Amino acid sequence: MSSAEEPSSEAPEVKEHKEFDVEAEDHFGDSYGAEPTRYIFYRDRKEWADLEPVPQDDGPDPVVKIAYCEKFADVYDYFRALLKKDERSERAFALTADAIELNAANYTVWHYRRVLLQALSKDLREEMKYITNIIEDQPKNYQVWHHRRMVVEWLNDPSEELEFIADTLSQDAKNYHAWQHRQWVIQEYKLWDNELEFVENLLVEDVRNNSAWNQRHFVISHTTGFSDPAVVQREIQYCLNQIRKAPHNESAWNYLKGMLQDRGLSSRPGLLEKVLELKETHCSPYLLAFLFDCYEDALESSFQKENMEQEQKETLKKALEEKDTIRKEYWQFLGRSVKNKYGGNGPSNDPVAEEVKQSVPVSEAQEIS
Amino acid sequence: KKVEHAIEETISVYKQIHSLPQPMLLREQHYQYLKKGLRHLSDAYECLDASRPWLCFWILHSLELLEEPIPPAVASDVCQFLAHCQSPTGGFAGGPGQHAHLAPTYAAVNALCIIGTEEAYSVIDREKLLDFLWSLKQPDGSFVMHIGGEVDVRSAYCAASVASLTNIMASKLFEDTTNWILSCQNWEGGLSGVPGLEAHGGYTFCGMAALVILGKEHMLDLKALLRWVVSRQMRFEGGFQGRCNKLVDGCYSFWQAGLLPLLHRALFNDGTC
Repeated sequence: MSSAEEPSSEAPEVKEHKEFDVEAEDHFGDSYGAEPTRYIFYRDRKEWADLEPVPQDDGPDPVVKIAYCEKFADVYDYFRALLKKDERSERAFALTADAIELNAANYTVWHYRRVLLQALSKDLREEMKYITNIIEDQPKNYQVWHHRRMVVEWLNDPSEELEFIADTLSQDAKNYHAWQHRQWVIQEYKLWDNELEFVENLLVEDVRNNSAWNQRHFVISHTTGFSDPAVVQREIQYCLNQIRKAPHNESAWNYLKGMLQDRGLSSRPGLLEKVLELKETHCSPYLLAFLFDCYEDALESSFQKENMEQEQKETLKKALEEKDTIRKEYWQFLGRSVKNKYGGNGPSNDPVAEEVKQSVPVSEAQEIS
Repeated sequence: KKVEHAIEETISVYKQIHSLPQPMLLREQHYQYLKKGLRHLSDAYECLDASRPWLCFWILHSLELLEEPIPPAVASDVCQFLAHCQSPTGGFAGGPGQHAHLAPTYAAVNALCIIGTEEAYSVIDREKLLDFLWSLKQPDGSFVMHIGGEVDVRSAYCAASVASLTNIMASKLFEDTTNWILSCQNWEGGLSGVPGLEAHGGYTFCGMAALVILGKEHMLDLKALLRWVVSRQMRFEGGFQGRCNKLVDGCYSFWQAGLLPLLHRALFNDGTC
């Protein structure tokens, strides 16, 4: 799989402008005047003379034809030859490393390398070192992380993983592949013990790291769960503290809501009051939205029409339309679709007519039935 | 604030250079760029050597959006090339001689559908394609992307897309897939790549679109999903971010904004709109 599914670290158009970049292997000799190490094409290597290279079969009038450099074409011509023979040898194994270096997204090469690792009973500890280096170089590639996972499974040894992933995250704290690998390791090998602490440290470094907030939710839901009132209280307190420090941090507000929404936001005694207090000094569109959701939840869970909540919701909706302008249409839409539930004439049998009706400006007096 | 300031500087430079108030789509330049790329690409594209059907799809899709016709000879060449990317065991690979993989399979099938000729449709070996999809199916309802490969929600979308386009939707093929995709909707309201991870625009699109194809989108918490996706639009830049508290990126104008028509229809069918 290519890195096309995630923004690659270097887009092809950027690469095209770097005409003067030369790969290390193309240097004839290193800059310190030591013995020159020339790169030799596979077609010129004596030990490969028995193998007939297989050129790529694009067909007679190919499209999206890539102007491979000589080295690339040579390596892959020999890769195709090995694949055709299903050759399982040391030299094949060595070639896969060259092929990977030229295109680490070639999943066929990775698959073949894994076949060889098993067929040749290769040292998997050495392979761990290899994949560690590759990932450090190209941390945003699907194949490298999947390969690491396979090796860890074969070794049945996750002992290096948490530290390795932590190191990757120290360079990019939101690397999705890294987090995916981390969650897999933790769940597979039951390494929950220190993860909450790890998450908290990341949040100290960057309280806006949404990946860390997600990991927090992951750890707690798989350990204590969110049913334990002591846990919920602790988490609410934690959120509010983070909000006081960084009021415009959407992650903290989303976490608060996400944690409580199943039981109902209005079910937490005292929370509404605390948020109303924060509104005076630490207001944000996220706070207003949270209040809006609280009132909506209160309305949904009560059987009578609660005028206070309804009015508060209206006020908040208008405030959101003013303060969260980019989402103005959304807040208006919410107002319309909820009106069909709680106000006006109740749910309509004709949703199209209802929407058309509501999209025509209605005077203030008519809105409250 | 720092990010907004940096973007503000870039935009004001752009405005000084360009006299018109609105950016203009440079149709002719895009057309030339795409036309050329459909035939030749520089060695900078070596990193996409395992994604050549994608290159076909992206280019053909763009040309279609620009309403530029594909000359029949070119269309035929694309068909033949993609036929060379088809695996003898079913599905399409990133290039001739490579193993089949769901992503280039999605790209190849959709590219052939854009071409839409008899020749294009006849390239696809539908029976083998079904065998290929079955070979990737996991007991928990998910699909791996290729034999010996990784699982994430992209695979469900790729599989559902090609199965519905080629009319090979075996009733049991997507058994449990719906529930697996649903388990990817998280506390944020969006969907993650696999259950447990952060909600992400690309994966959310794949998950929701797959469910739409399977006719099961109403099983999502649509309200929570809508709230999540509208919150991904950046108040300053106007574009979308892929995840909460991350930067805006043009690609999310597709993955994220593209969710809105899907949600609109789902909510309309629901009676909410």
